[in-house]
Amino acid sequence: MGGNRLYRALSTALLATASGLVRAAEEELSEFVPYEKIVPREIEDPAAGFDHLWYEVMVDITIIGVVFALLALYFLYRYRRRSEDEEGSQKPLSRLNIIGWALIPAFVFMADDFFLSANGWQLYDLYRRVPENSLEVKLESAMWTWDYTYPNGVKTYNELRVPAGQPVVLRMTSRDTIHSHFIPDFRIKEDSMPGRVTYLWFYPKEPGEHVVSCAEYCGQLHSRMYGKVIVMPREEFDAWYQAEADKQNIKLTKLGD
Amino acid sequence: MSTLKEWIFTTDHKKVGLLYLIGSLAAFAVAGMSALMMRAELTSMGPTITDNPGDYNTWLYFHGAAMILGFQIPALTGFLANYLVPLQIGAKDVAFPRINALSVWLFYMGIILALLTFVVPDPPDVMWTGYPPYSTITFGNTALYTFTVLLLGFASILGGVNFLTTIAFMRAPGLGWNKLNMFTWCTFAAFILQLIFVPVLGTAVTLISLDKYLGTHFFDPSTGGDVLIYQNLFWFYSHPAVYVILLPFIGIVFDIIATFARNRIFNYKAAVYGGIGGIVLLAGEVWVHHLYVTGMPDWIRVGQMVTTLLISIPVGLLFISLVGTLYKGSISFETPMLYALAVVFLMLIGGLTGIPLAIVSLTLHVSDTYYIPGHFHYVMAVAGTFAIFGGIYYLFPKFSGRMYNEFLGKLGFWITFVGVNVIFFPMMIVGVVVGMPRRYWDYSQFPAAEPYHHWMTAGAGMIAIGFTIVLANWIYGLVAGPKAPGNPWGSRSLEWTTTSPPLDHGNWEEVPKIEEGWGPYEYGTGKA
Repeated sequence: MGGNRLYRALSTALLATASGLVRAAEEELSEFVPYEKIVPREIEDPAAGFDHLWYEVMVDITIIGVVFALLALYFLYRYRRRSEDEEGSQKPLSRLNIIGWALIPAFVFMADDFFLSANGWQLYDLYRRVPENSLEVKLESAMWTWDYTYPNGVKTYNELRVPAGQPVVLRMTSRDTIHSHFIPDFRIKEDSMPGRVTYLWFYPKEPGEHVVSCAEYCGQLHSRMYGKVIVMPREEFDAWYQAEADKQNIKLTKLGD
Repeated sequence: MSTLKEWIFTTDHKKVGLLYLIGSLAAFAVAGMSALMMRAELTSMGPTITDNPGDYNTWLYFHGAAMILGFQIPALTGFLANYLVPLQIGAKDVAFPRINALSVWLFYMGIILALLTFVVPDPPDVMWTGYPPYSTITFGNTALYTFTVLLLGFASILGGVNFLTTIAFMRAPGLGWNKLNMFTWCTFAAFILQLIFVPVLGTAVTLISLDKYLGTHFFDPSTGGDVLIYQNLFWFYSHPAVYVILLPFIGIVFDIIATFARNRIFNYKAAVYGGIGGIVLLAGEVWVHHLYVTGMPDWIRVGQMVTTLLISIPVGLLFISLVGTLYKGSISFETPMLYALAVVFLMLIGGLTGIPLAIVSLTLHVSDTYYIPGHFHYVMAVAGTFAIFGGIYYLFPKFSGRMYNEFLGKLGFWITFVGVNVIFFPMMIVGVVVGMPRRYWDYSQFPAAEPYHHWMTAGAGMIAIGFTIVLANWIYGLVAGPKAPGNPWGSRSLEWTTTSPPLDHGNWEEVPKIEEGWGPYEYGTGKA
């Protein structure tokens, strides 16, 4: 009897999970648009999404951890040895219990896994879909420097100046070995490597300075491979951008004389 | 002199096991000292004890490579497997004793080669991962890395052939698969993984040396190679390698907890077939989580996020069995049990903090920060080391015939236990909160990280003191410890039915008889 009830409960749970997955996949496919052709919408900041999901996961794992730890501590106290020749008295499990104690926790964990996967996937989408009006900067990394090239040809080293309020996308490659462009304040990194072009984007909202530091071991001065992301108010940035272009272009024309 | 010869040319599984123990503890000591040097360097911003980042990189390389390949894997699948498995299955020796001797020799050669790091003028500085293109363009000696890995890997492959055969065919008559000790099961699973995946690692490290010294272009994109192939091959082995470490250490922890709780394993079958079996099945499908920020295609990053998260199912089953084994037990708290319980605690923290690392969008921030070493030291490095130390304490009366000092044992344990938490918990926090990247000799651009580093260095000092006490305790026990009773823990398991130490060849006078109702965890039946 108990077996039947268990069987029914489990198969219901299985069906529910499966149909949920199918529905999620259908939704995902129905709204599929190639990454870079997304209709403009209000820009969401992945960094804020990160903080939110991180908090959610921390709550999730803390609950699991505390439940296991309290249970273990209670057992340790409750079943401490009272006399020298005392032995444990746990009985072998019945077949139903064996299966139940395997499948039910497995389903609980699996449900949590799928829940986390779904949230993780959603945020990942945000991280990888570059908003349309982004400022596109090329990055070439090398031991041990970050070289940025702006759309108008302006080049900077170890210093990425960007306007506040516009998303920035970096198209990255490397001259020598693998580096990783990590901006902790924007919760983002991606490796740059020879032979491939990778990308990352971030959304600087307020003016300010942020550290960018290498996160992939690249030899002797790995820890000294750092620079700054300087977020400037729009007008200041435009002025700097134009002045820098003039300065660097002047040099080029002089070389050509 | 004759005894030295006897030890070197021994084919007895117990002596081979102890040789593994001595070699791996030597690797542990030197790798531990490199860790102390690193911690000293990182105490404050800027150069602290060396102004040459190359020194730091060499220590870090040696610490990682030696701790994983020279200490944990050999101590678990060399020492514990060799010493325990034949005794737990009632066998006289392993299936191929001479191959066993060969593998311990290879292991020693690997250790010697690894130690040459501190002798050669251009030490390897490629980290234990050896990623190209750096490993193919560095002035450091990448060949030393390649050959160390190959020697230790070959030792492992021979061990795998040996132990799979031993466990499959040399169990005492009547000892069915469902009566195996958890440690034996875990060793079986670990060696399946080693046999499948070590050759992949061997290939990967061979190719980087071919690239560097013979001018091939496997990883050089300018001539048609690809830098990411190496990382895929490397982690295709090295993530399963985490389970090669995790499985045996969780196995010995199961045995210790069952013995000191004098209780049967809760839901043994779920733990074996669901837990251990599930890990073996999933081990090879999760490696991309090490490559989440390398620009791998999005679909495989998301796909392996799901497989990586699913690892929580088998690990969760093992946890339920571990905690469940305490239920209705009769629990005593000698030193080996303290270590085993600490492993459960450390794995709980380490395992759960691994969940955000499975989620691809969260690793975009935390990957390659201090969160990573914090997490894997909890779940693998420290948990594994505590399990090994617990195992050594557990088997101490068995292999020496003497007892260690219980007070020193507990003192050493508590100091080390507090120490590891003082070092590795701040490590995770500084990784997420400050974003401090790993493998840094200096962190001047992250001044907010400095207070955390003070704590970590203090924790490292505590660990050093704790381990010194542990070592002193073992030496005291070996030299002057009181005689140990035959079965000091009151275990039902087969290894405690023979004398301590067991007979030199053959372990028992005659092959032990397995009775119908007997099992290694059949406590509470009234039969002693």
